Amino acid sequence: MWDYSDKVKEHFFNPKNAGAVVDANATGEVGSISCGDALRLTLKVDDDSEIILEAGFQTFGCGSAIASSSVLTEIIKGMTLDEALKVTNQDIADQLEGLPPEKMHCSVMGREALQAAIANYRGEEWKDDHEEGALICKCFAIDAVMIEEMVWANKLRTVEDVTNFTKAGGGCAACHEDIEAILEKVLAEKGEKFDPGAAPVKKPAETIAAVKGPLTNLQRIKKIEEVLESLRPALMADGGDVELVEVIGNTAYVNMTGACNGCQMAAMTIAGIQQRLMEVMGEFIKVVPASEMAKLVNIEVA
Amino acid sequence: MTDIYLDNNATTKVDPAVVDVMIPYFLEQYGNPSSIHKFADGVARGLKQARQQVQALIGAEHDSEIIFTSCGTESNSTAILSAIKAQPNKKEIITTTVEHPAILSLCEHLEKEGYTIHRLPVDKAGRLKLDAYQRLLSDQVAIVSVMWANNETGTIFPVAEMAEMANAAGVMFHTDAVQAVGKIPMMLQDTKIDMLSLSGHKLHAPKGIGVLYLRRGTRYRPLLRGGHQERGRRAGTENSASIVGLGKACELAQNFIEYENIQVKAMRDRLEQGITEQIGHCFVTGDMYNRLPNTTDIAFEYIEGESILMLLNKAGIAASSGSACTSGSLEPSHVMRAMDIPYTAAHGTIRFSFSRYNTMAEVEKVIEVMPGIVATLRKLSPYWSGDGPVANPEQAFAPTYA
Repeated sequence: MWDYSDKVKEHFFNPKNAGAVVDANATGEVGSISCGDALRLTLKVDDDSEIILEAGFQTFGCGSAIASSSVLTEIIKGMTLDEALKVTNQDIADQLEGLPPEKMHCSVMGREALQAAIANYRGEEWKDDHEEGALICKCFAIDAVMIEEMVWANKLRTVEDVTNFTKAGGGCAACHEDIEAILEKVLAEKGEKFDPGAAPVKKPAETIAAVKGPLTNLQRIKKIEEVLESLRPALMADGGDVELVEVIGNTAYVNMTGACNGCQMAAMTIAGIQQRLMEVMGEFIKVVPASEMAKLVNIEVA
Repeated sequence: MTDIYLDNNATTKVDPAVVDVMIPYFLEQYGNPSSIHKFADGVARGLKQARQQVQALIGAEHDSEIIFTSCGTESNSTAILSAIKAQPNKKEIITTTVEHPAILSLCEHLEKEGYTIHRLPVDKAGRLKLDAYQRLLSDQVAIVSVMWANNETGTIFPVAEMAEMANAAGVMFHTDAVQAVGKIPMMLQDTKIDMLSLSGHKLHAPKGIGVLYLRRGTRYRPLLRGGHQERGRRAGTENSASIVGLGKACELAQNFIEYENIQVKAMRDRLEQGITEQIGHCFVTGDMYNRLPNTTDIAFEYIEGESILMLLNKAGIAASSGSACTSGSLEPSHVMRAMDIPYTAAHGTIRFSFSRYNTMAEVEKVIEVMPGIVATLRKLSPYWSGDGPVANPEQAFAPTYA
């Protein structure tokens, strides 16, 4: 059984706002019965203030789909439509105290139903902009379609490329065989052949020159800052951020902020940052949450 | 009432009598069976007895046809890889669309290496067509691998007949019998089955022990090479405690086989009747008239399996589902898709699988709670309204995308 949070169970066993809203003036439907989950969101919106007075859901789906629907209706009630449009799937997952990576798509579905309902109210056409494939990387919740698109768009050739561009494969590495299979398939479609030893594709971040030889502590701190700066856009895209707090010897203490703070992926992200630092700096660097610093009895001695 | 376990096709409780015979092999007779001292001198005898107990349950002609492995998956992999290594010129494999992933994933992998895999389709009741199978048999086929009974629906395949057909065409025949062994009687010496896989934890032995039955004279290449254990056919120090436990479990299964087919079957039938009579828009999947006595798989339309399992779990009832969401994939079970069960139902299938430890009182409890669970979820479903499904559920729901 999935390791669902208590909050997910609470919303599943006692869903809020189940059923269609009577006199609804906005309806959003996403999913389908073939996919195994389908969600209909109905809203009653006040025409003058555009405040969502009532929200109701009808969901065919698993425990987390029902919980995501339930918590979504709770979040948006009382919001204006513009405020509601700012609700992200991460907000839904956070309210549920996290979802297993395989189940994050349930929160995405919630956000999409909301967007569809608001588009419906405003008489606009809402287009879904993502397609979902089989989950490949469980550490970072990256699916096959996403990887395929990135391989096509950026002419990626190796597993390392895929990890650099999508994060997929950057955690436990168990999915590398699956990523190779995707590369084989896409490269075959392009008339090329997959070669595991191919030179990596350069990513903008690669422009940071790798350094040779031992570093002074000052050089090390500057370099770490530089690498964190280059990773920042990717983190911010997920609503998070990172700041360097202290460097002691080969250990960098960082604070994960924004959506990264308390995110169940934070540990994996830290592992990814550490990997990147080691690649660029050519030496062993340990990245540790700043909260661990308190455990050092005496910083000087450490 | 304590919790009710109806997930015996997933795994079973170890019989206390099995635990009892195992314990001395941890604490006293823990010597390596290959050693010559008193810590080991009873082990070889224990292994021999276990081999004979397994032999008796499956009706093998010789006890040396029993090879102990670590699990059903290892037995399956050993069988198929052995057949293709022993016959390098044969590049085709015949199997079915509804096999366990232990076979299907391996075949998919071999397909990438250039093997042609023939996957026999099933009809809506999960049955194979033997004339299509007959046409595929040729001297190009290295091995046929067909499960004895399906893990999701319990549907039994005519493996004895299929093995005869393969044998007549000079093709090796393997069956994954992990669900069937101990639930239906078998006498392998009267068949043309060359290899058979079984798994201890499906019949009240511990996890981590399995058997590959290998008919004497069948050409064979080991998967694990190393020491002389299992006559060089499966190297690695014997898991003596578990082997002895499996032997005991096989003896018990043989004693209980009549109970399984009368009392256990009666519980299964009562559950099925109680549920389908009370709840509308649900149906039993698989071949109703040719199934394992302990298994029923019921599709509840317009609701999703994982949700049902969570509510069952809350009521203290353990079962399992072929729903996509329980596995983390997007597609419902390949078995349901192969039987062409409509999507409106395939996501809502629940498998109840019994053992001799279940009771009729437990069955009545499940029958009591099931209607409420289904009603609760249908009330939330966009495909359901009031007392029945919305008209044309596939069309009624008009998402912006699908």
